[in-house]
Parts: sequence; structure tokens; C-alpha cells
Amino acid sequence: MSAPGRAGHSPEMVEYSGAMNLDETELTLGLPGGESRGKSGTKRGFPDTIDLSIGAKRRSLTGGGEAAKDPDIAVAERREDEVSGTISSKPPATKTQVVGWPPVRSFRKNVMTKSCKFVKVAVDGAPYLRKVDLEMYSSYQQLLAALEGMFSCFTIRKYLKERKLMDPANGGEYVPTYEDKDGDWMLVGDVPWKMFVESCKRLRLMKGSEAVGLAPRASASTCTSSSS
Amino acid sequence: MAYSFPEEVLEHVFSFLSSERDRNAVSLVCKSWYDIDRWSRRRVFIGNCYAVSPGTVVRRFPEVRSIEIKGKPHFADFNLVPEGWGGFVLPWIAAMAGSYPWLEEIRLKRMVVTDHCLELISKSFKNFKVLVLNSCEGFSTDGLAAIASNCRNLRELDLRESEVDDLSGHWLSHFPDTYTSLVSLNISCLASEVSISALERLVGRCPNLRSLRLNRAVPLDRLAGLLRRAPQLVELGTGTYTAELRPDVLSSLSGAFSGLKELRSLSGFWDVVPAYLPAAYSVCSGITSLNLSYATIQNPDLTKLVSQCPNLQQLWVLDYIEDSGLEALAASCKDLQELRVFPSEPFVAEANVALTEQGLVSVSEGCPKLHSVLYFCRQMTNAALISIAQNRPNFTRFRLCIIEPRSPDYLTLQPLDVGFGAIVEHCKGLRRLSLAGLLTDRVFELIGTHAKKLEMLSVAFAGDSDLGLHHVLSGCESLRKLEIMDCPFGDKALLSNVEKLETMRSLWMSTCSVSFGACRLLGRKMQRLNVEVIDESGDRPETRPDNCLVEKLYVYRSVAGPRLDKPNYVWSMEEESPELIRS
Repeated sequence: MSAPGRAGHSPEMVEYSGAMNLDETELTLGLPGGESRGKSGTKRGFPDTIDLSIGAKRRSLTGGGEAAKDPDIAVAERREDEVSGTISSKPPATKTQVVGWPPVRSFRKNVMTKSCKFVKVAVDGAPYLRKVDLEMYSSYQQLLAALEGMFSCFTIRKYLKERKLMDPANGGEYVPTYEDKDGDWMLVGDVPWKMFVESCKRLRLMKGSEAVGLAPRASASTCTSSSS
Repeated sequence: MAYSFPEEVLEHVFSFLSSERDRNAVSLVCKSWYDIDRWSRRRVFIGNCYAVSPGTVVRRFPEVRSIEIKGKPHFADFNLVPEGWGGFVLPWIAAMAGSYPWLEEIRLKRMVVTDHCLELISKSFKNFKVLVLNSCEGFSTDGLAAIASNCRNLRELDLRESEVDDLSGHWLSHFPDTYTSLVSLNISCLASEVSISALERLVGRCPNLRSLRLNRAVPLDRLAGLLRRAPQLVELGTGTYTAELRPDVLSSLSGAFSGLKELRSLSGFWDVVPAYLPAAYSVCSGITSLNLSYATIQNPDLTKLVSQCPNLQQLWVLDYIEDSGLEALAASCKDLQELRVFPSEPFVAEANVALTEQGLVSVSEGCPKLHSVLYFCRQMTNAALISIAQNRPNFTRFRLCIIEPRSPDYLTLQPLDVGFGAIVEHCKGLRRLSLAGLLTDRVFELIGTHAKKLEMLSVAFAGDSDLGLHHVLSGCESLRKLEIMDCPFGDKALLSNVEKLETMRSLWMSTCSVSFGACRLLGRKMQRLNVEVIDESGDRPETRPDNCLVEKLYVYRSVAGPRLDKPNYVWSMEEESPELIRS
């Protein structure tokens, strides 16, 4: 996004004489022209509107301002994603949200999700538990990505069918499992997402070898046979 | 004059000055008074952590016992300030650890506090008593464990609205069995479960406990046990207020509530099951402060609860209260001073509740002491605003938010200039104002003309031109904080009022029409202003031509010079040299 030809830096750069009318930006304590208020200080003329030529010139170069976002700037897209600080891809009930609007703090936004569904996540071999709010995600892929972010030693294998987490350090596979409402330990990914959120009480990333004997998968490849 | 009273007498006189501003004024009278104030100042308030360096503060005031520091700008609350921006408290803690061994109180707002900071606090100040972390972040429950373990004289631990890395609830058990001095505990922002039995033991052994704000994870059926151990409570925040309806739990809870003879403030009420509300009725007549902003109850239960509290002075509630509830409030709560109505569904365009401008009008008519309002709604009229202004000239804080930006008067389709004009004209003591709806430059002219006591102004999606901003900067004599988003304000207004900026704490402008050139000029001209541009596109500032618009601008006065802890997307406009290496 750099302006062409502006390789070096010179003091002239800040004393802009083309884009701005220097007289109008003279630093004084004057008041807007047209209404004499009798206060002391240099009175200056003050146009009622923005100089339209300046505005147009700026926007064509850079795309700043709320209306004219330059499509090249990735910031615009990032701003939309920053809403409410979550990575949920739930479609908003209204049009695209503007960052910072309405001025409601993030912890207030979550009040209405009656089931703010926090579940503990245990990892075999790790000393600390973490918590995730299942309501923040709308798919297994998102959940596993979040877990990967939390326990940063893992990488998610790209196989969607085999939803396992690899620990590159020791090469062991970790299988995401969960305890359901009935107290049974199940493999993550077998039931539709919503059903899973409903029934999941807590998560455990089990060492691959221990995942033998869990409720068998509906889909073709089973992780138990490929665990090392 | 300086020698007519002994220093001890002057010091004694100064000790009656509780206001920071008064003490600051006193210190300017003469050198002798400056010195006396310097040595006797026990409490310091730093409104902007970057306005002055920690070293300067500890050198000037060697005997401080209590400090309050604020960090990020207010719009950080709404995700407008990116991660890593700043507000790190560590330099302050480190400076004070060396210079204030007898420090007792630390109050922080919107600052980044790490576990290391908390450990340092817990080990450096032997008589540490009060820790308030308001809207802070950066620490985990491990840091809290350090505080619990080491601060033998701790009285207050208040984590209100902070973001805590919640590893487990075990930290609470780090309070030793010998620890009995707890007066106030606010853990309402924590998600994890603490051991209820540990909490019961803690509460049971602290006879001076006056304020207990639990978190959502504390189940309702354990609340009675806690309350019975602390009948002297003045402030209570419940945990989750839902459970299977069981008569024994209900009666036990009712009994426990009725034992709270001193209770004045109630909050919490997550996930409310209306059937359990009557358990709290016995305390309602004494309640002066009620925070139901997490309570998803609707009318008639909600109105019934509120109407039971005739001595209410402060009410925070969701818009489920609706116009009818506010009318009932106006009829029954004649002592009401502060009202905040939050939106239950802020991202939905259509109204989900029957809350309109009428609710606010009712309360303004019926509550003669009402002076502070925060009101989220979906429609407004000039007539309503004029009514409100005429009813309540005693407003000090008036913050309105209409969910849809640029909403006009829905009856006349006119801008709301005249309505807000009435507010500033009638409410001569107005100190804080947030505008809403469709507004032209005219409203700013009225604000500049009338709002002479206004200290903080928040503006979004308003105005037509630089004239709007100019009116405010040139007219509002008491202005300290100005925050603007998505308005067509730009260079002319800014550069015509540079001296004004030095009389203010700070100015925030995002998605406006301010150019890099103007920021550079401002940065170079005003040595005691820090002019910071936030630009997340990844380019270097030198590549930006002067007529390029800035994304976000934060200008604040400072005697500490440009800050050294900027992330790579914050650029100081005073530093123009390309050789300057950004850390």
C-alpha cells in the first residue's frame, strides 16, 4: 500500500503545500467565521464544508474513511471478524456488524446465551485443565482449532474424518473424547454438532492407545487401528 | 506568608482536602506548599498511565499509600483497541516496589496486569490491603493464588469486569486458615468453580466481610449456607440463580436472606428462575442498589421485584423492564438517582421488547433525584428529549444509545439536534454526555454554546463537517475526554484547536477524516501531546502520504514524551526520523 515513488524520506514530506491550504490550518485560537462572538484572537475564514477536492483525492489514493474502503486493504475484512471477540461463525441476526457498535461490552453480549456452555478440557499428561465455551463454536473444525490454539503443542491433522490431534514432540496421537450426559465416554465427531453441544459434559484428549474400546465410529476408518 | 504557620499545621489543614484537584491546586500556591503537599500526599490518581512516568511520580510523592491508575482509552471496552496496545502496569509496580514499601491500595482500570505483577505486589508491600482490577486483563488465577497466599492484611480483592485466564478455582484455597481480614471480595467475572467449602470457611472466619460478589458457577443451593455465615453483609452478588424448584431449597434460601439485616446492594442473578425470586423479597425494602443486568427475567416478575424496593437509588437492568416497568419504577422509587438500561439483544435491528423513549420520559417525570442515565433503545423523538430535559435539569450524566446508527426522530424524521440541544441547555451541571441518532453540525453548535461543565463527550455516526468538531473543541470549556467514531471530522477542526488538546486528558478519533499530514503536523508542533496513530495494515508509517487518512488516532497530553512500549501498529507522530527503530 505504499505510494509509488516515495522511497526516501525528506522533511518536505510533512510540509504539505499541495493537499492542504496552509492558511486555513494556521494554528490559532480563532473562531469560525461568519458569526462574530467578540472574543479575542485572530479571526479566520472557516468554510462550512470540507474541501471536496481534498476529500476525493484522499479517497482515491488510500480508501480511508468509513464509506470507501479500498478492497486491497485486508483490514476491512479483519474488522468484521473482530466483532465481539469470538471466532463463532454464527450468522448475525442483522446486517454486518460494525466493530465497536453498539457500544456493549463483550461479557454483556453473552448474557443472553442462556447456556453459556463451559466444559473442562483435560489432556492426558498435562497438569492443568482448561475450559472452553462450546457455544462459541459452530462446528467440530472450529472446536479442534481452538483446542489446538490452547494446547499449543498440538497440530491438527488435516484429515477431517479422523479428528485427531498430533503432538509433534512425542509423535503420540491424541484423540478428542467427551463424556456425555449419561456418563459414557464417546469419540468426538460422531453425532451432529448441536447434539454434541447439548450432551457434552466435559472433554478429554486421550492418548491414542487408551481410546481403544470407545463407541465405534459410524464412518469408515477407525482411529484405534491406526494408533501407534 | 509561608512562614506564618508551622508546616505541621499546614499539613494538618491539607489533610482535610479529599479531592485530588484541590490538592493539586494547593501544590501550585508556592514552593513551600508544594513541598508540604509533596511529602504529605498519601493518595495519587493517574488518569492516563502514559501522561507521566512512574519514576516521576514516586520521586515527587515519596509517601504514597494509595494509587489509582487508568490505562487504555474507554473505547477499548468495545473492541476498538487492538490486542497488545499497551496499558502495562508492570513499570508502575516495579517503581513502587522500590519506593513505596508501605503501599496499601492499588486500583487499576483497563490495564494489562500479569501474574508476575500480582506476585510482585504480593511480595513487595507488607501492609497491602486493597486490590481493585477493573476491566483489566493479562493475568490468570495463578496470580490470584499469589495474592491470596501472601497478602496477610488484604481487605479488598475486586476483579470487576476483568478478563482472567481462568485455569481453576483452586486459588481461593490459598488464603491461609489464619487469614481473617477480608472485607470485600468480587469474583463475579470468573468462570471457574471455586471450592464452595473453602469459600464457606473463608466467609465464616472473616467477621468484617461486608461485600461478597460471587460468580456464576456458585450454585443456588449453596447460597443459603454462605449467607448464614455472613449475616452482616451489606453487598451481595449471587451466583447462578437457577435450580430445580424444591421447597426445601426455597425456604432455606428465604430464611438465609431474611437474616441479612444490613443488606443494601444486590447483584448477580444469572439465569434467573422466577420461582426463586420471592426468596429475596425480605431484603428488598432496604435495598438501595440493584444490578439485574444479567437477569433474563421478564415482566411481570421483573417489575414486581423492582417495585418491592422503594429505597432504590441505583438500578441496572435489561430492557426487559420495558416502558411499563419503568413507569412502575417511577411510581415506587422516588429516591432513584441512577438508571442503566442495557439491551437484551443488541445485534437485532427489530425491537424485541416494548421499551421506547416513553420509559425514559416516565422515569424523568417521576424520579426527582435522577441525575445519571445510560439508556439503550431503538427509537427517540425530539419531543421526548425536550420533556426529559425540562423534567430533569439536574442531570450530570446522560448517555443515550439508539441501536440503529443515524436514527432520526421517528415521528418527524428530523435529526435529534433540538432534543439534545435541550438537554445541554437545561442541564447546566451536565458532566458526561453520549449522543445518539441522526445529528447534524447544529447539535455540536448547541453543545459548544451550552455545555460549559461537560467533561466527557462520546460521539458516533454524527455531524456533517469539521465545523461540528470545531464547535465542541472551541466551546466546551471543561472538556477533558472526547471520543469519536465514524464521523466526518478532520484536519481543519483538529489543527484549529491544538492548544485545546493540551487542556484535555485525551482525544480518540476512529474512522474519521483525519490525515497523516495533520497528525504529523500536530505531533511536531505540540511537544507535550503524544499523537499516536493506530494502523494495522502492516505498512511502515513513512510510506503513508500526508493526505492518507488514519484509521485510528489517540492524542493525549503527557510530560513523559512518546511511550517506549508501543506495539508495531502504533506510530508516534512526533518521531519522524526514518532511522528510528520500532521495538
